[in-house]
Order: sequence, then structure tokens, then C-alpha cells
Amino acid sequence: MSDIADRVRKIVVEHLGVEEEKVVESASFIDDLGADSLDTVELVMAFEEEFGIEIPDDAAETIQSFGDAVKFIKEAA
Amino acid sequence: MFDLTGKCALITGASGGIGGEIAKSLHAAGATVGLSGTREAPLQELAATLGDRAHVLPCNLSDADAVNALPKQAAEAMGAVDILVNNAGITRDNLFMRMSEDEWNAVLEVNLTATFRLCKGVLRGMMKSRWGRIVNISSVVGATGNPGQGNYAAAKAGMVGMSKSLAYEVASRGITVNSVAPGFIETAMTDKLNDDQKSAILQQIPAGRMGTSEEIAAAVLYLASPEAGYVTGSTLHVNGGMAML
Repeated sequence: MSDIADRVRKIVVEHLGVEEEKVVESASFIDDLGADSLDTVELVMAFEEEFGIEIPDDAAETIQSFGDAVKFIKEAA
Repeated sequence: MFDLTGKCALITGASGGIGGEIAKSLHAAGATVGLSGTREAPLQELAATLGDRAHVLPCNLSDADAVNALPKQAAEAMGAVDILVNNAGITRDNLFMRMSEDEWNAVLEVNLTATFRLCKGVLRGMMKSRWGRIVNISSVVGATGNPGQGNYAAAKAGMVGMSKSLAYEVASRGITVNSVAPGFIETAMTDKLNDDQKSAILQQIPAGRMGTSEEIAAAVLYLASPEAGYVTGSTLHVNGGMAML
């Protein structure tokens, strides 16, 4: 696993209080990890800070799963 | 009670009578205040009166870019924005049948859209700190309507609906969003009324007098305080009984 994926996973685990094993590539924040829509906004905020990037609102809406997040950040960072 | 030590508050329309009083009252409770308004001179004057913990942040609320930049400027000047008071407002009164699109748009832009933009701009910091207070200054006419103020009443009623929707969304993050709806308040605006107009107004007010800016500021201070943490999505009417809502 890449460094980016580990860092993203740590944020997700801390923010949503879920077990690390559940944060797999296909895991949907809302459907699988119990996030509400505001949690997903906060996760994006946390990703922006961790990686020093800016994620515009329209791109943020496409980040629905752990895999989406890692993919987006890899491309942006 | 109502100790705001360590909190930073951004107040729009701080150059006006009510806004200035709100700033004084939050400052007296220990808050650092960011004074925003279109005219810089009265803001500087107020800041000089307050002394420490006062920052001047001029902003034209009809300029979208300037409005979007204001929360960041305020956070840089004060360290954070824990409390936002959307007090600025303009009027462009006209009979509905004569009201131009320009009069409609100008009032909606400053009174409602700028409020939306500022709320959006301060939320990020409030979400992170898990604490925030937004107080939107509406008006009794937002609830009752008022002839000649179709635009103003629409904006002020819109503010209440917007506040309630936002209150739902962010309540779980320790952020409250409330409105204060003043009735007739003694300000430079109401000073211009003649005696006949004043006595006609007073007949509709059970308290038999106009309210003061201090009485609006007291309501804002309460809603901004830690003690009001369980009050959200509400409208506090401060109108001497003129409309009991």
C-alpha cells in the first residue's frame, strides 16, 4: 500500500471511528463506513489539509469511497 | 454570565447604530471583534473607542469577491471567526407595482446573498473547532410584511428560512444558527420620521416606545454565548410586543 493510501486511511479511521480493516478500496464512506453527508465534507477538508491541496466542490462530490479519495489525491498531489 | 473571553466575532454593518452596539456588547463580554462595514471612518472611530481586541475590516457587501474574501481576512486578523453576526442591511423601498429589478436585486444581494456567502465562509473553521455561533439580524417585517418593503421583507424572511436549514445541518458540530428580529428601533433611520409617523408607529407597539440598539445587542449577546448552546434555528423577536410570534 502506498504512503498516500495509509495517510488517507488514518484520517478516515480517526474521523469516522471505524476499524482499519473496514477501510478497503471499495468502501463507501456513507454506505459502508457510517458517514453522514456532513462527515464527507469534513473528510474532504481533512484531506485538503493533510496533502496541502485544494479540492473544489464539484470534485469533492465525486469522492464517495476510500478508493475515490486515494485516486483523486494521487492525481492532485 | 455571557463570558466571550477568547472568542472572535465578525460583525457586519458595524458602522451603523445597531451593529456598533452589537460590537460594543460582544467586546464588553470579552470577545475580540472584527468590525466590518462599507464606510471605514466610523469603523476606525468605533475601534478607537473599544481599544484592544478590535479590528477594522471594510467590505462592500454588494461585491461578491470582497464578501467571499472577508471571512479569511477576519480569521487572519483575529485568529479565528467563532461568532458571525450578519447585521448589515440596506433598504430600497418602493411600492410593489413600481419596484424595479435593480431595487429588488440590490436588497436581496446585500441582505440575503451576502449573508449566505459569509455563513459559508466561516463554517469551515467552526466545524473544525466544533463550536460556532451565527446570529442573523432579520426584521419583524420578515414575519409580518410591510407595504413598500416587498424586497426587504423577502430578504429578511429568506434569512430566517436559510438560518433554520443551516441550523439543521451543523447542530451536531456545536454550531448554532439563530435570528434576531428587531421591531422599531431608535436609529439614525427612524430619527428621520416625523412626529405623526412616530405616533402612528407607537400605537402599534404594546410597550409604547421604540426599542434601543442596546436591547438588540443584548439578544445577540445571549445567542452568541456558550449559555445559548441548546438554542438553534430560532428567531428571537425583540419588538415590544408589536408582533407576538
